[in-house]
Amino acid sequence: MARPGRDRSLIRRLVTPEGVPLHLNLASAGARASAFIIDMLLIAAILIALTCLALFGFYLIGNKYPGIVLVIWLIGFFLLRNFYFIWFESGRRAATWGKRRMGLRVIARDGGQLTGAAVVARNMMREVEVFLPLMFLGFGAAEGFVDRWTMIAGFGWACLFLFLPVFNRDRLRAGDLIAGTWVVENARRDLGIDLVAQTGRSADAAGFSQAELEVYGQYELQRLEAVLREGNAEAITTVADVIRGKLNRWDPIGDRAFLDAYYAQTRAHFERGLLMGRRKRDKFDTSA
Amino acid sequence: MTDAAAPLFTAHHFRLERETDWAELESLLDRVEKKSPKKLSEDELIALPRLYRTTLSALSVARETSLDAAMIAYLESLSTRAYFILYGCRDPWLRQVTGFFRIGLPSAVRALAPEIIVITLLLLASIFAGYQLVAHDPSWFYAMISEPMAAGRDMQASTQNMRASLYDPPQSGGLEIFATALFTHNSQIAILAFALGFALGIPTILLVAQNGAMLGAFFAAYIPHGLGIGFLAWVSIHGTTEFGAIILASAAGLHIGRGVAFPGRRSRFAAAADAGKRAALVMIGVVLMLLVAGLLEGFGRQLIRTDTARLSIAGAMMLLWITYFSFAGRRRHG
Repeated sequence: MARPGRDRSLIRRLVTPEGVPLHLNLASAGARASAFIIDMLLIAAILIALTCLALFGFYLIGNKYPGIVLVIWLIGFFLLRNFYFIWFESGRRAATWGKRRMGLRVIARDGGQLTGAAVVARNMMREVEVFLPLMFLGFGAAEGFVDRWTMIAGFGWACLFLFLPVFNRDRLRAGDLIAGTWVVENARRDLGIDLVAQTGRSADAAGFSQAELEVYGQYELQRLEAVLREGNAEAITTVADVIRGKLNRWDPIGDRAFLDAYYAQTRAHFERGLLMGRRKRDKFDTSA
Repeated sequence: MTDAAAPLFTAHHFRLERETDWAELESLLDRVEKKSPKKLSEDELIALPRLYRTTLSALSVARETSLDAAMIAYLESLSTRAYFILYGCRDPWLRQVTGFFRIGLPSAVRALAPEIIVITLLLLASIFAGYQLVAHDPSWFYAMISEPMAAGRDMQASTQNMRASLYDPPQSGGLEIFATALFTHNSQIAILAFALGFALGIPTILLVAQNGAMLGAFFAAYIPHGLGIGFLAWVSIHGTTEFGAIILASAAGLHIGRGVAFPGRRSRFAAAADAGKRAALVMIGVVLMLLVAGLLEGFGRQLIRTDTARLSIAGAMMLLWITYFSFAGRRRHG
């Protein structure tokens, strides 16, 4: 249950220098984790390719210079482990492949420039977030230099860092904390068609009285918009039935035509209201 | 029944008039993201901020006058993308790199001066402690140094063996492997020391103390054979660079720890972010220093085998780093 008096939503406001507030959707912990898994798989794939390259190098000049395999591998592994994330996040899209796939990007919390230092800081912290728990699990068990309780305590301690994003409202990793960054959704949206223009004639298929147009409010109107854009026949029938029942209007026209007409007229009505400074937020709003 | 006469101003007209601007902005943004701002023509570069402002103002108008949720969401996402392209842009790479070496790195290091002093004192103290412990009770040696690390160089080893470990030519030819392995391993440790600073700096301090004690223990093993100076030369040819890097990395970690623990008048988040960014700059320098140290240790130490030459390289490197970090990138007066 949500605790009262606390904003638990993932929407943050950024005011541009022009004075227009933009709303940013923070990435959910799940999306972050998925992006990270994609990145890890990619790194693994690159490592395999690198190993093949190193073996190929060995095959070519191995008898003259056997060290080549190890050198390529050591350097490659080091660069990947530390600089894969840094490289991609300092790019113009500020996102690794995994983040791009999930529609995420990194930004500075103050809305300013995402500096190279910030990217380096947030990614070097991965060392304690990811590799430290692995180290306690893997090395400890394999080499036996820590006993079981040390391993469990160490692992638990390291997990504190790993699961930090789940425990704070802003979904900040330790790295984000240190670097002053956060990860937001960068989803592309379609403009979509202009529903009113598209309905054209059918807008007049049924006329509604002012009282009928004011049964609902902005919130319900925009739900209706979503349904119309989706165009799912079943949903349209259900919604049309509900609205017809509420208005007690059983005009002998198709459900889609009925909803189109109701949508176009309600929107025109409410938008006229907006110009006059009246906004009816939802059906319970009586202030307008 | 309401009259169906169309109002003079509708969201429909509003959208119809501006749609082409939005599409143009979107295609420009696509090109900037995929390629580079350099690919845009001069006209397009001038158009970009203009289109951004038009879209932003369309967004404000739409929020107040339109109920088309899809259009508002579209405008908002388009404005956000454009905002980050326009306000998030950075200097070209070359200028960033030169700026980093000329000003960024040395001034970030100087900002860490208190932490650097603390860590240096701690390191010296732990070297001394390690030496004293092992010198008085040799059984401490293996409490500080693992068997594979010691590789036979312990309290029971003969003078001849100890001498050989310092001055003998390398058995195998793989110097570059040695150098690479050293560099990657040391960098990883340094990055860990930095990252652990987040836990209020305590693990960082432990890591420094452990390394110092190890060094002290080795001194205790070499000095009784009259090889104290030899070991100093052997370790310091790369050690002045490497320990410098370790001191900087730990100081960077401690700096973050201090920012988190004692944020002063700022909010804890703001203090941590400031400290983190400054420390990250230092860390880039640390990785580069460790690269130099890896080369010195992998090649230099194996090829140069006299104490004087080793010590003079060590001194020169130390002088170089101290001069660079102390004096580079200070603002000129007047």
